[in-house]
Amino acid sequence: MLSLLILVPLIGIVILNLSARAPARRLAFWFALLIFISQILLAACRHPVLWNVEMKQIDTFFKVSLSMDQISFIMLLCIGIVSIASLLVARHTIYDEKELFKFVNLLIITSIGMNGIVLVKDIFTLYIFLEITALASFVLIALEKDRNAIEGSFKYLILSAIATIMLLTSIALLFMVSGSTSFEAIRQALNLANNNIILFAIGLFVCGLAIKGGLVPFHAWVPDAYSSAPAAVSVLLGGIVTKTVGIYTLIRLLIAVFGFDPSLKTILLALGALSIVFGALAAIGQNDMKRMLAYSSISQVGYIILGFGCGTFLGIAGAIFHIFNHSIFKSLLFVNSAAVETRLGTTDMNKMGGLSSKMPITGTTSVIGMLSAAGVPPLAGFWSKLMIIVALWQSGSKTYSFIAIMASVITLAYLLIMQRKVFFGKLSIENENIDEARIGISTASIMLAVIIIGSGVFFPLVFNKFIAPIQELIIR
Amino acid sequence: MLIAVLWTVMGRSLLKATIGLALTSAVVTILMFRLNSPLAAVFELSVCTGLITVVFVSTISLTKPLTNKEIVELSKERNKRFGYLPILLIVISIALTFIRIRNNIIIPPVTTPELDVRRVMWDMRQLDMLGQIIVVIIGALGVVILFEERRRDEW
Repeated sequence: MLSLLILVPLIGIVILNLSARAPARRLAFWFALLIFISQILLAACRHPVLWNVEMKQIDTFFKVSLSMDQISFIMLLCIGIVSIASLLVARHTIYDEKELFKFVNLLIITSIGMNGIVLVKDIFTLYIFLEITALASFVLIALEKDRNAIEGSFKYLILSAIATIMLLTSIALLFMVSGSTSFEAIRQALNLANNNIILFAIGLFVCGLAIKGGLVPFHAWVPDAYSSAPAAVSVLLGGIVTKTVGIYTLIRLLIAVFGFDPSLKTILLALGALSIVFGALAAIGQNDMKRMLAYSSISQVGYIILGFGCGTFLGIAGAIFHIFNHSIFKSLLFVNSAAVETRLGTTDMNKMGGLSSKMPITGTTSVIGMLSAAGVPPLAGFWSKLMIIVALWQSGSKTYSFIAIMASVITLAYLLIMQRKVFFGKLSIENENIDEARIGISTASIMLAVIIIGSGVFFPLVFNKFIAPIQELIIR
Repeated sequence: MLIAVLWTVMGRSLLKATIGLALTSAVVTILMFRLNSPLAAVFELSVCTGLITVVFVSTISLTKPLTNKEIVELSKERNKRFGYLPILLIVISIALTFIRIRNNIIIPPVTTPELDVRRVMWDMRQLDMLGQIIVVIIGALGVVILFEERRRDEW
């Protein structure tokens, strides 16, 4: 069953591309929508009957070792939701049918890569799926082939190549120590041996993933890639790609393979705090909406790392819940930015103002996204940040707890600045005749806003169903 | 392998050099299989022949192409700088062959069934092979998308 998450989209792409005709191109959008909706329903349902179905014909031919746990369910849910949002935005921002078809192909491949990252149990296979996601992202960023997009893609490509060297070197060293590339074999080998080579390998791997995840001080590519990419690609990158390839992978390997070393916890806490503060302060001075959201992403990722660095159940659960929340509210804010960009033709906030009167759905959903990002109750973002801050306090990291609280205030400040510049204030004469965003973009906005409100208001249900079961993985 | 190396270094265009690099890696893969290191061979195939080639092609597609005049000038300069390489490679090949014959060095045949190429690639690393197929698809898509004529007015 798990292998279908990779095989079905792949076979679909091959079949759709065998025919270069218009009907196949139009069908690609609906095929992508169907597979993402199916993924969301399967991940939300989590029924063992569905997930444990043996597919003898496929398993005989395609012998792969994949696994699924509670964290994987949450990630698959995020991947499905953000991919749908990106698809809906692309429908109304990429006007050429052939270009949209190329985007859909790359989107499906990116989702295959991310699904693979979430499901594999082997470190080399993990690396291959990381590279699949990265390669598809390069091409997506440069999709419009204008100068800024190519520059953004180039920066991402170069820094990703440096990350690749680190990851490969680390895998080679771990293979040397353990004789295998499976998570279980490496974990057992690391339990038996403890030397400088292993520490070096773990350090290299963490650095490589920090580059991929856009953590400070490895974040240089993030603002350019996010701001210069097409609107639909920004939704995908900001919403889920960096969370999956960098942060989720780091969490998975530390829980399942490397284990928690006290020195590693200290490094994670420091990196997290640095990212939170730097991202928040850099966001304040931005005039470009997408660039501000990019720096905001860097800051929010810092919260996730901070929560994870606690090492306690509450911290790790808060970190994973914040991955989910960040995927949703950041995607929503990027969708709003796409809505504004399609109507105004710019993301310069100095040329905006008073748009909420003309774009009420975009304005309202933007406020919801902003409040969740700033951690205002009872929205979802409040709960995950609360869990992280309480976990930090309980584990004795009171200074980091204080930093997280202060950074939330700065987050509220720059997001309020964005709201004021874009949606409130006086509407300029040039923007008198603009309309609300098109139906697809508005649908994506409403969908994401409803998830934010629902996850916040029904937090006890969400916690019991999705977050509490994570404890079993951490105790193991 | 030496021919592929020569093609990589002396090639007129970056794309041809990249293909030469992929060929070199493919030959190294075969050598590793013959030297009873199937896992290393699969990793070499996955990374150097597949992934790295696609990364190179993607990078090249983001750069400004050279004019014909620039290509000819660069070729002349490269031939001057590396003109000695073919002769050096022929001399080294003859020397290595001589050493091999003199010391009776042979590559042992693969005797262990577990180390058979097909078994390793299909039974042990099937997901990696699937990943390679996906990487090739990305490479093809990347070439189609990025090698189309860029908007000239942006440059």
